[in-house]
Amino acid sequence: MKAALFIPCYVDALFPEVGIATLELLERLGVKVDYPLDQTCCGQPMANSGCEKDAAGAEALFVKNFAGYDYVVTPSGSCTHHVRENLTAIPQTARVLKVRRSVYELVEFLHDVLAVREFPWAEFRHAVGLHNGCASLRALRTASASEIREPPFSKPMALLSKVKGIRFVAPQRPDECCGFGGTFSVFEEPVSAKMGYDKVSDHAGAGAEYIVSGDMSCLMHQKGCAERMGLPVRFIHIAQVLNGARK
Amino acid sequence: MSKRVDHSEAASKFIKAKDHLEFHDKRLWDLRGKRDREVERLPEWEQLRTLASAIKEHTLTHLADYLEEFERNAIANGARVHWARDAAEHNQIVLGILQEAGASTLVKSKSMLTDECEMRPFLEARGIEVMETDLGERIQQLDGEPPSHIVVPAVHKLRGDVSRVFADKIGTDPKNSDVHYLAESQRRHTRPYFLRAGAGMTGANFAVAETGTLVVCTNEGNADLSVHLPTLHIASVGIEKVIPRIEHVGVFVRMLSRSALGSPITQLTSHFRKPRPGTAMHIVLVDNGRVERLGMADFWYSLKCIRCGACMNTCPVYRRSGGLSYGSTYSGPIGVIIDPAFDLRKYGSLPFASTLNGSCTSVCPVRINIHEQIYKWRQVIAERNQLPIVKQQAMAAAGKVLASPKLYRAATEATNLSLAKLPRVVLYNRLNAWGRQREVPGAPKRTFRQWYLENRKPKK
Repeated sequence: MKAALFIPCYVDALFPEVGIATLELLERLGVKVDYPLDQTCCGQPMANSGCEKDAAGAEALFVKNFAGYDYVVTPSGSCTHHVRENLTAIPQTARVLKVRRSVYELVEFLHDVLAVREFPWAEFRHAVGLHNGCASLRALRTASASEIREPPFSKPMALLSKVKGIRFVAPQRPDECCGFGGTFSVFEEPVSAKMGYDKVSDHAGAGAEYIVSGDMSCLMHQKGCAERMGLPVRFIHIAQVLNGARK
Repeated sequence: MSKRVDHSEAASKFIKAKDHLEFHDKRLWDLRGKRDREVERLPEWEQLRTLASAIKEHTLTHLADYLEEFERNAIANGARVHWARDAAEHNQIVLGILQEAGASTLVKSKSMLTDECEMRPFLEARGIEVMETDLGERIQQLDGEPPSHIVVPAVHKLRGDVSRVFADKIGTDPKNSDVHYLAESQRRHTRPYFLRAGAGMTGANFAVAETGTLVVCTNEGNADLSVHLPTLHIASVGIEKVIPRIEHVGVFVRMLSRSALGSPITQLTSHFRKPRPGTAMHIVLVDNGRVERLGMADFWYSLKCIRCGACMNTCPVYRRSGGLSYGSTYSGPIGVIIDPAFDLRKYGSLPFASTLNGSCTSVCPVRINIHEQIYKWRQVIAERNQLPIVKQQAMAAAGKVLASPKLYRAATEATNLSLAKLPRVVLYNRLNAWGRQREVPGAPKRTFRQWYLENRKPKK
């Protein structure tokens, strides 16, 4: 298996610890993973803002960096979704299409491709609220969604439940979007912040000490809200928990 | 030129009224919860969605045939059928029918289409008294506001607001905001209008081609009174409301009220076939942009909409910004994908009033890919230069930096160093929308890439 690591721009710049945890976790699991050094971004920020044309350069670079791999693993649901569904600013050559099919969000990769069911090194003795980013939940379908009539399932929960000492809390609106939404967070700031406040309050009200998610962008927004509100709840990426972070 | 809608600005005002916001969010979320419980009772729910979607898709791709079949059968039943190209034609036709019959008072039940056509002000300016008889619509009419929700038009109002409006306009006791008192007062106020109205108007939820009949789903009985008391019934029907056969009604009726209000069915599901002896029935079939939308490869799917409002109830943005913040007849997710087709410039901000979370798409009973269409509209808006300049420039700049490993590294590696040293006032000011109500993430000492180069030995 030839695998590469894609660390999204905001994780690279703002949350390197999430990238490190992802890499270490994959290494622990015996995956030899390359990190192409010229990577930047998948193009999502521009495309989601309507400026697909401005995403073409980033998308072309993405394809160039990751063309030689069977699997491209990334700790981000929304980037995975962009590559899979919306990386269309550049001509759709066979090479581009192959890259688009090769990208996996970390939870999917662990759960579906590696079929990992044990994390003996992991222990997290805290009350956890799980936050599924909307792209992970409704586009990648890593968990059942409350809107759809289907048997319940949750890949992130299946992985996290193997972590020693972890307890889950049940927020009242587990599937409600937290209001990050990329540039939405800035251009629709009043609604975005209100959604964030409601989201972290819901988790805190359910007794969460930590909010855990596969999407750091959601957590960045939620953390900003919780800190401003003075809520004691903390935030951690699922890669860190599965890699054995204790807090 | 029409004024651009600034959704974000309007939403910020809505959010400031805390009690209203909280009630609005909770009330609509409660409808979503009831919807979920109803859905849970139907093991075949997802199949029904697929079937409903397929029926609509089939109909829309054979629209002309079914419309003509409907017309033939409606005429055979004794109705008169009119075709309106746009809102102006629709209003003119309705006025003509009323004038011909000598009717000066019109009682009407809920119809989004007549709001879309701005029919009420048109008729009122020409001497026709128009009475909304749906409670929510009536509240909005009395308050001089458009409906804020396509199913529950006054959902943004607290009962105190309704009490104030009614006290002002229909003379109720201003100190009494008991909901039963208010509802009963409106009922008593409306009755005499039913009795003296020269004409009654309804919309239609479904127009059945095979039978030439109209199906109207309501909860208050006002549509039936509007049809059965006056001697003239006018029905305004969007051309996308046609469905092929009577057996298809069941598919939609099973989903409509469950999706809308979380009730198994509306109190009344009325089939209007033909005029009673001595009365007349007119059906106005309205295009008003629908044919144009049908020709849009990315957007014609929105015509499947059965106006249940489930997308609005589930939308976290709608619940926190209120329907009026969209500045259009159609608000919430469905409005966001319909409105730009009417006026791209005016409604250009609406597709950005979304986080693309996709909950709307997942609840939609006819499987409209709402959030994907929102994404596509954003592309159209940017292409036609309707984005705010700031955003255009920011995205062009970001695109350039992210296309170049060198520029990207210069930006990220330097940003972290400089961010860490910034005094708080630089980060938290009016220009930084992020920081108004949120803390900015702390700047790490190094990027992941820098860590990687120090801790792993990459092959060069």
